[in-house]
Amino acid sequence: MKSFTAISGGIIPLGRSNVDTDQIIPKQFLKLIQRTGFGEFLFHDWRHEPDGSMRPGFILDDPAYKDSKILVTGSNFGCGSSREHAVWALCDYGFEVIVASSFADIFFSNCIKNGLLPARVGKEDALTLMQKKEARVDLISQTITAESHTIPFEIDPQAKKILLEGLDDIARTLNLEEKITRFERDSKTPSIL
Amino acid sequence: MGTSQSDIMGRTLLEKIWDSHVIADEGNTSLLYVDRHLIHEVTSPQAFEGLRLAGRSVRRPDLTVATMDHNVPTSRSLPMADQTSEAQMRALERNCTEFGIRLFGIGSPRQGIVHVIGPQLGITLPGTTIVCGDSHTSTHGAFGALALGIGTSDVEHVLASQTLWLERPKTLEVAVSGVRKNPLAVTAKDIMLMIIRKMGTGGGAGSVMEYRGQAITALSMEQRMTICNMSIEAGARAGLVAPDEKTFEYLEGREFTPTNFDSLVGEWRELYTDQDAKFDGTFELDIGNLAPQVSWGTSPEMTCDITQNVPDPAEFADEQKMRAAQRALEYMDLVPGTPMQEIKIDRVFIGSCTNARIEDLTEAAEIVRGQKVLPGVSAMVVPGSQMVKTEAEKMGLDSVFIDAGFEWRESGCSMCLGMNPDILLPGERCASTSNRNFEGRQGAGGRTHLASPVMAAAAAIHGHFVDARDLF
Repeated sequence: MKSFTAISGGIIPLGRSNVDTDQIIPKQFLKLIQRTGFGEFLFHDWRHEPDGSMRPGFILDDPAYKDSKILVTGSNFGCGSSREHAVWALCDYGFEVIVASSFADIFFSNCIKNGLLPARVGKEDALTLMQKKEARVDLISQTITAESHTIPFEIDPQAKKILLEGLDDIARTLNLEEKITRFERDSKTPSIL
Repeated sequence: MGTSQSDIMGRTLLEKIWDSHVIADEGNTSLLYVDRHLIHEVTSPQAFEGLRLAGRSVRRPDLTVATMDHNVPTSRSLPMADQTSEAQMRALERNCTEFGIRLFGIGSPRQGIVHVIGPQLGITLPGTTIVCGDSHTSTHGAFGALALGIGTSDVEHVLASQTLWLERPKTLEVAVSGVRKNPLAVTAKDIMLMIIRKMGTGGGAGSVMEYRGQAITALSMEQRMTICNMSIEAGARAGLVAPDEKTFEYLEGREFTPTNFDSLVGEWRELYTDQDAKFDGTFELDIGNLAPQVSWGTSPEMTCDITQNVPDPAEFADEQKMRAAQRALEYMDLVPGTPMQEIKIDRVFIGSCTNARIEDLTEAAEIVRGQKVLPGVSAMVVPGSQMVKTEAEKMGLDSVFIDAGFEWRESGCSMCLGMNPDILLPGERCASTSNRNFEGRQGAGGRTHLASPVMAAAAAIHGHFVDARDLF
């Protein structure tokens, strides 16, 4: 996984709370068996009518917001289904940071596994950022700078470390194999046989 | 004798399970051993591909079980019309063969929704850690297991290492008291919808919710599963109920229940929250006057009593909630002030990991028996597993539903998420026993009202929602 230190980019404001992963990537796109190619289906049902034609007015399709890297949104972003396809779609589309006042737990964890920074800010700060065009997000200092505003964000220290170092989670765990083997020897987990 | 920290302070049920599974700690994050890993076709292909690319194997195939549920058609005509779904199912077959994992595939009598078959087969056990690439894994918490939904990267991580890194969750006590006046009409689903309605969909964030109190212990195992199932709709990491005699009785003699069952029961009796343990938070609910619940909006917290009217967004104090309600009513095509009982429905779905077990079908059948689905309404029953289906057929429930005009299908997730051909058409309104009423969840443009099996069954007969308390 590539490491994350700081990025600068355009902001897309999405002023809604409880955006669920069914909206981020609807179920009809969960049948691919690769990790790539989900970007074009991001927020599909908000961008399209049920007959498949484009629905005008959704912010992602506004040329002014093309190539933005930072999504700023309301509370409890990513709630609902555990589908990691939601994170793959956001990454594939080009987002590198999601800013919200809170994230759903599984979504947050999925972000970290994919090098997507979920930056938690205060509710007022999220509203402030939604008014801005661009920002610089620095993970080391945990700040978002937009024009004259510098806004701090929260992230769990362990998640920060993983993002900064671009750690391969599985390799890291398999370094602890001796401990895992010892646990298996001492515990009595019944096999499913 | 030395006195350890745990002798001084009582522990919650979560802490007991957590402590017995920690392999390593890093700050507030721990590496936990995983006792059971459940797999299905939709969230696993990329995980297996990752293993292959890295040249890794599955560490404990004997603790891993797979089934097909999310996109299986519920009328089993093969070859499948949907070739991408079929490709995904074939990929699971190949992956299970290559990595030596037991698969209950389509055609197996053990096939079913992963959260229905786990308990039915005795794979779900108290005090264990269970993970699955599906958010409703919380269901298994009804047995006093720490059961977590995970993403595909974590599925790969568990396949490779049989472990999971997890931030230590907060403990949230959900204390439920009171006795339901009409337990046939006011069900576990209604209790849970009320909890979500009061707590909000983010109310349990970062927490494991332990459901306690006389109103919870009075519930059957299947009812407890309905409660724990929707913990995720309250935003929680997992749900828990302490195991008791009902739990042990349910598990005894099931196909994969371990042979040393009696000695395990002895250990399981220690799985409860100590009296002097402290929770990080408590939420209380008295269900003495609880009414049947029906959702009106596009989030599970947007729910009200069946006797109430569709709310007026202007009455929401919080501006964001007001705008969300406006948006939801527009999507749902509902006018504020409309009595919930006057909402006409086009479709009825009785199914899903929330409400497709034998008790759910039995209760719904009591409403349906001798009645007819209102002409113009399309209603279907999708049993949660082939085992549920077989049991229901032995009881003659299939005839009850079919005689009334319901379709009687093969098991799967079906119209809960509409990955298979069972979907709502744009604009169709559905009374559904599932767990999510998100926009488009059951089909693009479809409108979902969450309700209990008896409420959904009654809606099929009447063509609109009715108060189930008037029927018993």
